[in-house]
Amino acid sequence: MSSLETNAAPPAPMPRPGRRKRPDGGRRHRIGVRMARLDYRVSPYLYIAPFFILFAIFGLYPTAYTIWLSFTDMSPMNPTTSFVGLDNYSRLLGDPNFWNAVGNTLGIFVLATVPQLLMALILANWLNRKLRGVHFFRAMTAIPIVTSTAVVGLVFGLAFFARDYGLANGLLETFGVERIDWRAQKWSSWLAISSMIDWRWTGYNALIYLAGMQAISNDLYEAAEIDGASRARQFWQITVPLLRPTIIFTVIISTIFGLQLFAEPVMFTSGTGALGGGSLGQFQTVTMFVVEAMRSHQRWGYAATGGLALLLMIVVVAAINFLLIRRLGSER
Amino acid sequence: MTITNRVALPVQRTPEATDLRPGAEAGRRVRRAGPLTVVGLIAAAILSVFPLYWMVVIASRTNDSAYAWPPALMPGGNLGENVQRVLDNSDAAILKGIVNSFIVAGTITLSTVIFSAMAGFAFAKLRFRGRNALLLMILLTMMIPVQLNIVPLYDLMITFGWLNDIKAVIVPFLISGFGIFLMRQYTIQSVPDELIEAARVDGCSIWRVFYHVVAPALRPAAAVLGLLTFMQYWNEFFWPFIVLADPGNPTVQISLRTLNSAYHQDLSQIFAGTFVATVPLVIVFVVFFRQIISGIMEGAVKA
Repeated sequence: MSSLETNAAPPAPMPRPGRRKRPDGGRRHRIGVRMARLDYRVSPYLYIAPFFILFAIFGLYPTAYTIWLSFTDMSPMNPTTSFVGLDNYSRLLGDPNFWNAVGNTLGIFVLATVPQLLMALILANWLNRKLRGVHFFRAMTAIPIVTSTAVVGLVFGLAFFARDYGLANGLLETFGVERIDWRAQKWSSWLAISSMIDWRWTGYNALIYLAGMQAISNDLYEAAEIDGASRARQFWQITVPLLRPTIIFTVIISTIFGLQLFAEPVMFTSGTGALGGGSLGQFQTVTMFVVEAMRSHQRWGYAATGGLALLLMIVVVAAINFLLIRRLGSER
Repeated sequence: MTITNRVALPVQRTPEATDLRPGAEAGRRVRRAGPLTVVGLIAAAILSVFPLYWMVVIASRTNDSAYAWPPALMPGGNLGENVQRVLDNSDAAILKGIVNSFIVAGTITLSTVIFSAMAGFAFAKLRFRGRNALLLMILLTMMIPVQLNIVPLYDLMITFGWLNDIKAVIVPFLISGFGIFLMRQYTIQSVPDELIEAARVDGCSIWRVFYHVVAPALRPAAAVLGLLTFMQYWNEFFWPFIVLADPGNPTVQISLRTLNSAYHQDLSQIFAGTFVATVPLVIVFVVFFRQIISGIMEGAVKA
């Protein structure tokens, strides 16, 4: 707040009389001008300073520290920390648990994101119609975002995807299908966790698409109508291509946050050992792997290496997705 | 610092021309919805509400009926009793968690709105050396996930003595790059340069220009930013999970985690907990849903 105080009463170019005790009016004026000039030169930096100060302490410094840590064996268990070169990196690359976590993260990401964005597109197309109570439907679509990821994890994990009770298994049994121990296998746990993500984010993405659709000129649809193009054809050949920037945007955002997945799979395990992501790590994500390395195994250097690997993974997958979507769009 | 919630990100690509009102479709002839569309929308609305409804059903019944099949479809009469039980659960300390979450989300919201408005104004209307480079830097910093730096941040919290102290989940997040972008965009749109020039000619200091001319114009954007920020930090899970690990001083989400990690699973108590944790945001949503929806949509339109 210091920037507020230092700026609270800077002399204006024409200071009010009596503010200063200097007898010489011309000189007073000059000082005022100088102060005003200083105000205009320095203030901008004061206004943006809070961000950069916090970023230096909680962003820049930790990032440099993480990189350094990844070359050390630092642990609260070790009395001293020594430089170990690339040991952490080579160990990580040979760690089956890490690759398992990478596979799980990517698997859940694909399983959650593809249907989610497709459903969001369709939903947005519906919401873009003229309809009584459309604002009500928009509000209903958005309501899942009030729920925290922890609550979503609990409701889906304990009420829908429980082993011995729960809606999903109850319905399966009603239709004569055998109960599923959702946490026991990769595919079933991935499916359950993906459904949590889909429920919370489909409506959110639909609203983003809706905003993009509202920016598309109606003339295009009218022209297509005259040419006899069906609704479905209009959707795929006008709406989707013109929405490409928005789609790229949602894909990138989904990639960044999807690959950081943590709360839902952690809450999917009741009792202890949640960071392991199932008895054999069926649904342990990379973030869980990193936290486990830090918290349960007390290997800080190794955890830092895992964190860097996660960042690299996000950058690579986001870049691939960007190129994919861009190409898909331009082929149309 | 880093963005931890999807709600927060869209506006980094904030368009040149956005409209904060929901459903701004002026001048557009929108096609009518067919019956299939209506059915689809009703189904989507039911699906959106159903998990929340189901939470209330289990939270308001006994444990026995939570395990029964076919399940009870209507809420029961045990909500008060279950809520009482979860409030009395000393391990979860959910009351403390709720108070903490209000303090955390409230403080971050207030400071994010004020600092973002100031920085956004500076980037929008003031000339200074390195402006564009600094703006780009903010954009890049938004890409750094907290996950990357948990070890150093954790270590830093130990150094500051903030472990199991809610300062640890407040101070690093007092300002957001997203907020700066939102406010910058809104300042460009809603405050004409002439207005600022006029105030300058009248001899206003920059602070007075900001306080008397810019800040009042930013109110709608401040409301949107405040709502999204509050929701984000009320729901935040990852970082509190790391630094508020010891029981006794949780945020409400960490109380839920404690409830879930108990050996004996008491479903109706757990769901009473999720109910208590969700009600404040449901109220916020019901009161402000227009602003919230426009906040989400606004981030999407491209220049």
